[in-house]
Amino acid sequence: MKQYKHSVSLDLEKCKGCTNCLKRCPTEAIRIRDGHAVINSDVCIDCGECIRRCPYQAKKANFDHFEDIDDKRYRIALPAPSFYGQFVDLDDVDYVLQGLLDIGFDDVFEVARAAEIITEYTRRYMREENIGYPVINSACPAVVRLITLRFPYLCDHVIPMMPPIELAGKIAREEALKKHPELKPEDVAVVFISPCPAKASYVKNGFLGEKSHVDYVVSMSDIYFKLISVMKKNVAPKAVSQSGMIGMSWASTGGEASALFNDKYLAADGIENVIHVLDEIETGHFPMLQFVELNACPGGCVGGVATVENPYIARVRLQALRRYLPVSQNRLEKDDSEGYPEEILFPKDLEYRPVGKFDEDLTTAMQKMSEIEGLAASLPALDCGSCGAPTCRAFAEDVVLGGRSIDECIVYMRERIQTLVKCPGEE
Amino acid sequence: MAEALRFHYEVDGDNFTSAGAASVEVKRKLRQLGFDAELIRRVSIAMYEGEINMVVHARGGSADVYVDKDCVTIILADRGPGIPDIDLAMQEGYSTAPDNIRALGFGAGMGLPNMKRYTDEMKIETVLKQGTTVTMKVYINHTKQTEKGTSEEGK
Ligand SMILES: Nc1ncnc2c1ncn2[C@@H]1O[C@H](COP(=O)(O)OP(=O)(O)OP(=O)(O)O)[C@@H](O)[C@H]1O
Ligand code: SF4
Ligand code: SF4
Ligand code: SF4
Ligand SMILES: [Mg+2]
Repeated sequence: MKQYKHSVSLDLEKCKGCTNCLKRCPTEAIRIRDGHAVINSDVCIDCGECIRRCPYQAKKANFDHFEDIDDKRYRIALPAPSFYGQFVDLDDVDYVLQGLLDIGFDDVFEVARAAEIITEYTRRYMREENIGYPVINSACPAVVRLITLRFPYLCDHVIPMMPPIELAGKIAREEALKKHPELKPEDVAVVFISPCPAKASYVKNGFLGEKSHVDYVVSMSDIYFKLISVMKKNVAPKAVSQSGMIGMSWASTGGEASALFNDKYLAADGIENVIHVLDEIETGHFPMLQFVELNACPGGCVGGVATVENPYIARVRLQALRRYLPVSQNRLEKDDSEGYPEEILFPKDLEYRPVGKFDEDLTTAMQKMSEIEGLAASLPALDCGSCGAPTCRAFAEDVVLGGRSIDECIVYMRERIQTLVKCPGEE
Repeated sequence: MAEALRFHYEVDGDNFTSAGAASVEVKRKLRQLGFDAELIRRVSIAMYEGEINMVVHARGGSADVYVDKDCVTIILADRGPGIPDIDLAMQEGYSTAPDNIRALGFGAGMGLPNMKRYTDEMKIETVLKQGTTVTMKVYINHTKQTEKGTSEEGK
């Protein structure tokens, strides 16, 4: 299996081995080894939860840097809709777009525009017969990866439609080449301004074997600080936003779903809630639902770890910004009345790629499970984390499957020492 | 040969929010054992329905799941009111669920029929005022021909 490239990593110097992140990782990807955190890349979904939890800023998200992108290339900024919610007293998105041009981008293409087109196709998809309800959104890469690793039965519930970032990247490049026939495709650099490391990993790894149309992913907070120094209120911006209410509303939880005009939907945000909902759907609960919107971050993308502003404040700001916008500014061509353009569909089916299988052979797997159960029952069930595993149960798995020594459990060791010490005196 | 694995859960009848937790736990274990998606789904749906029934209709009970190399066996035992007429209870759409439970989306009278549909064998033993024990088996390897259910049939 090809190694998955991640965008969440550890700063060794800063990590104190404090176990805060250990307990909050939704996939139990973290262990403490030799006094610091280690991430198991097979199961990490780049959700950013550990970054959020680390009190020492030892976990970081890795992005490309604007300065490193060759300025001889035609650099197109793709701001995520959540970007607009970051600015104090912003009353018009055009200032942000102008600011992006002023810091050196040659062009801007709003991801919100692509989101509006995807919304139209999603509405069409929802009218189809024989689709498995509930349909699950595909926009959050952390959620999609989680589903492929853990929810076999839900893989084909994920809407087989590329996320807006992909469509935006494609159209942006095409438009640039049309505007500037002198450019070659490789002269264009499509740069996504991202709220999260999950999107960076998505671009790095490509999706379902296809290379992304986006070339670079930069951090939203990075660009934010560059922008506030150049944004001038008194100069009317030349750039003009082309997104409507719908595109903007994708930034926070429920926005994507509510734009479908279908009230049989559920929107859940925050990775723990997402897992809970997926478990319930997989068990056949929620029969009435037709669409499920899941976002790994609290509040949706406005809660991404690379944003600057508190998600609730960003959401309110976006609501104010949306108020006087048309419902949507990006609709399908008149003659586009059925089917889907190839580029917006998944190139192939989403595939279940389980991790954590104990063994290929059932008998061996059962033996291991039985050992783990036995060991887990004998551990103190304190989930103290001193052994470096998030729970006693996970530690039992590490001992049986990963060859860790039981002596690393301090409670177990203390008892052993006590019996050793007591024995002679008892006679 | 490894002997059967046994997993035991107490299903709390007073805590509706934790209903379904044991089935999620079992699903996780079956995944770790490497079973295919279809088997895991059948077991977890059948167990989920039975677990909910114990909470809704019988104030809780216990769940035991046995896994051996041929089969997964689920035994759900409660000390609830018992089922007066099993044939009637097995009918699709028959339900005695109270309104507050219906408001949560339960009470379609599809639980028992689904348990039967998703398992290879199902046996209900019940004594009025004493309790009910439901035993279900799903065989490994020779998957019963179930319609590949969408969530709609799931409940
Ligand atoms: N463990 C039990 N103890 C007592 N009565 C039960 C038990 N399980 C089921 N019943 C009875 O059988 C009826 C049918 O059960 P079934 O699971 O098919 O439907 P339901 O639980 O009412 O609704 P649904 O499962 O669709 O939410 C129940 O309404 C209840 O009267
Ligand atoms: S939270 Fe995790 S990464 Fe941060 S210091 Fe503690 S162990 Fe290290
Ligand atoms: S990014 Fe998420 S999945 Fe990866 S180690 Fe951190 S908390 Fe775990
Ligand atoms: S919810 Fe949005 S910001 Fe958070 S991980 Fe998913 S795509 Fe990224
Ligand atoms: Mg029921």
